[in-house]
Amino acid sequence: MRYLDEFRDREKARVLIREIEGLVRTVDIAKKRPIQIMEVCGGHTHSIFRYGIQGMLPKEIELVHGPGCPVCVLPMGRVDDCVAIASRPEVILTTFGDAMRVPGSKKSLLQAKADGVDVRMVYSPMDALALARKNPQREVVFFAIGFETTMPSTALTILQAENDGISNFSVFCNHITIVPTIKAILDSPDLHLDGFLGPGHVSMVIGTAPYQFIASFYRRPMVVAGFEPLDILQSIWMILKQIKDGRADIENQYARIVPDAGNSPALKALSRVYELREFFEWRGLGSIDHSGVKLRDAYAHFDAERKFAIANVKIADPKSCQCGEVLKGVIKPWQCKVFGSACTPETPLGALMVSSEGACAAYYQYGGIKTHMVTA
Amino acid sequence: MNVASFTPRRRLGRVNVPTVTLAHGGGGKAMKDLIDDVFIEAFGHAILAPLEDQARFYLGTLGVQGDRLAFTTDSFVVHPLVFPGGDIGSLAVCGTVNDLAVGGATPLYLSCAVIIEEGVAIDLLRQIARSMAAAAQRAGVRIVTGDTKVVQKGACDKLFITTTGIGVIREGIELGVHKARPGDAVLVNGLVGDHGAAILCARGDMALESPIESDCAPLHGLIAELLTAVPGVRFIRDATRGGVATVLNEIAEASQVAIEIDEDKTPIREQVKAFCEILGLDPLYLANEGKIVVIAPPQDAEAALAAMRAHPLGLGATMVGRVVAGDVARVTMRTVFGGQRIVDMLIGEQLPRIC
Repeated sequence: MRYLDEFRDREKARVLIREIEGLVRTVDIAKKRPIQIMEVCGGHTHSIFRYGIQGMLPKEIELVHGPGCPVCVLPMGRVDDCVAIASRPEVILTTFGDAMRVPGSKKSLLQAKADGVDVRMVYSPMDALALARKNPQREVVFFAIGFETTMPSTALTILQAENDGISNFSVFCNHITIVPTIKAILDSPDLHLDGFLGPGHVSMVIGTAPYQFIASFYRRPMVVAGFEPLDILQSIWMILKQIKDGRADIENQYARIVPDAGNSPALKALSRVYELREFFEWRGLGSIDHSGVKLRDAYAHFDAERKFAIANVKIADPKSCQCGEVLKGVIKPWQCKVFGSACTPETPLGALMVSSEGACAAYYQYGGIKTHMVTA
Repeated sequence: MNVASFTPRRRLGRVNVPTVTLAHGGGGKAMKDLIDDVFIEAFGHAILAPLEDQARFYLGTLGVQGDRLAFTTDSFVVHPLVFPGGDIGSLAVCGTVNDLAVGGATPLYLSCAVIIEEGVAIDLLRQIARSMAAAAQRAGVRIVTGDTKVVQKGACDKLFITTTGIGVIREGIELGVHKARPGDAVLVNGLVGDHGAAILCARGDMALESPIESDCAPLHGLIAELLTAVPGVRFIRDATRGGVATVLNEIAEASQVAIEIDEDKTPIREQVKAFCEILGLDPLYLANEGKIVVIAPPQDAEAALAAMRAHPLGLGATMVGRVVAGDVARVTMRTVFGGQRIVDMLIGEQLPRIC
């Protein structure tokens, strides 16, 4: 495939790995402990496992798989609320594919579907709107999840619905925003992280400026990275270079997609439709201030939370879960007490086992080969 | 003729309504008319027309063709019923023919049981029955018995078909999933993932259009030629649901070996790759309906490839990896990028990723 195969070139990878090995030898912390680099975004986690990148890196580099999988961090209570909305006879509940598997306290949407609830998979919120047009006697609800990557498409769909005067469409908004969560991770006392791979798709919308505090206040380097394996290797190289030079900057490796200023029409749509929530619950991380958005009052009639008066269920994470520690890089997935025993992809207890992009599910499924085999 | 023949001929009934109703499953004249007009019309009169409750075979003639019977069954519930490259009818024939053939059997006879939802158009049923007949002819098998049920609206999704097949295995052919040994070659007969991608596209949920067609085909001829050229082949399985990845895991588990494949040697159509890129799917887990995984001893690998490539359904045959000593029951893949990853069994269904 053009424009993809070029970014998967084995020879270029070899050259980069040699460069990375050379750099690691010049970094002082690597002599005492592994250099921990967190990839914030689930898409990066997926690529790292899919191409076996961890196994190619020198052992002094440890990749920590961050909280950036929106499916993983969705709390059980929100899934329960969603199942309650979906169970109303007039409702057609629509959602992205992998959101259907997220377990609630009683069931997932996939299980609700098996019980006869009308749940349909869509590829875009616009498909949900089309379904609302086609079924004027039903209430079509879009279960909106994701970071700034998917937020604009939900916002634009709401604006379209408003424009077309469609009244039987609403959104159950679970959109979350990554920056407060990175801050929460940086504020934790047991933090070891030495640098961040910045989320490419989120940054395509918000640009690179919102990350500036990571460099200026927390003195950690971040490189906004693309999702192809060479993108990831190059970004790791760029982080190491910063560490070696004693710099902490926000750099943009993914400039072919990410404008530093972000995407202004998308940002306009976001600020028109959403406002920050005071706080939002994250599976594995607990409540984080200003980490979620909701629809503004002007769009209340498209807000499923208000249309259907949900119970707003709160369900605590299982006590045995150590997702938070895995997310912060304090422990590795297989060091969790319940990894692979009580918590598996079939019956996930914790956030990180839920989606294939979650660190634990990825380890369970793809295996970190060398790392995992030695330690497990 | 091997099937016990009959003499009396009777006049076949006709259906004069556009859609199937519960009356067509009632056991009376309407049902007989439906069976006559749709199924016997398509499958041929000679064997089915007497409508006995069973097909009858002479053991002697079967015994000449081999020393063991192979017997298999499969149900087909595909949605949509008609898709690029095939339909539920051709699938129901090829699927069961292939399940016989991969065991080394020459497929001979099929049964065909259909469950029809009331309201299905008779013309659609005719189209599918004719497609079954054409596929059976291509596969060299005969549909010799069947059953028809009609259920209320909502009790099934338009049409479900179950086919059961009988074949005969030649003396000396001993294939087994437990027979893979370190050093053996892992071969496939061509591009993988076409069927799964074609079906997902045809469902229309993804709002993606593509020219990808199902690879649905009867593989008995290819397999017969392969086994004639290389009788030492250890194992063959068609990579249907769960795709090539699942078959490899089954082999690794049953033979207590490890399997290592190369991503850049695994043949995948560019369109299927692109389709999977967009949706976040892995083509190794996509279903195939005309692809087999073959385990051959190292010294036979080249001959097996040559035999497959000499057949129209094996032109793209290639070696994708090797059976190796190592962690038993583990399948790994050397990625295009030079890394290595585990190719595990899928937990549930593959679902498109959010971003």
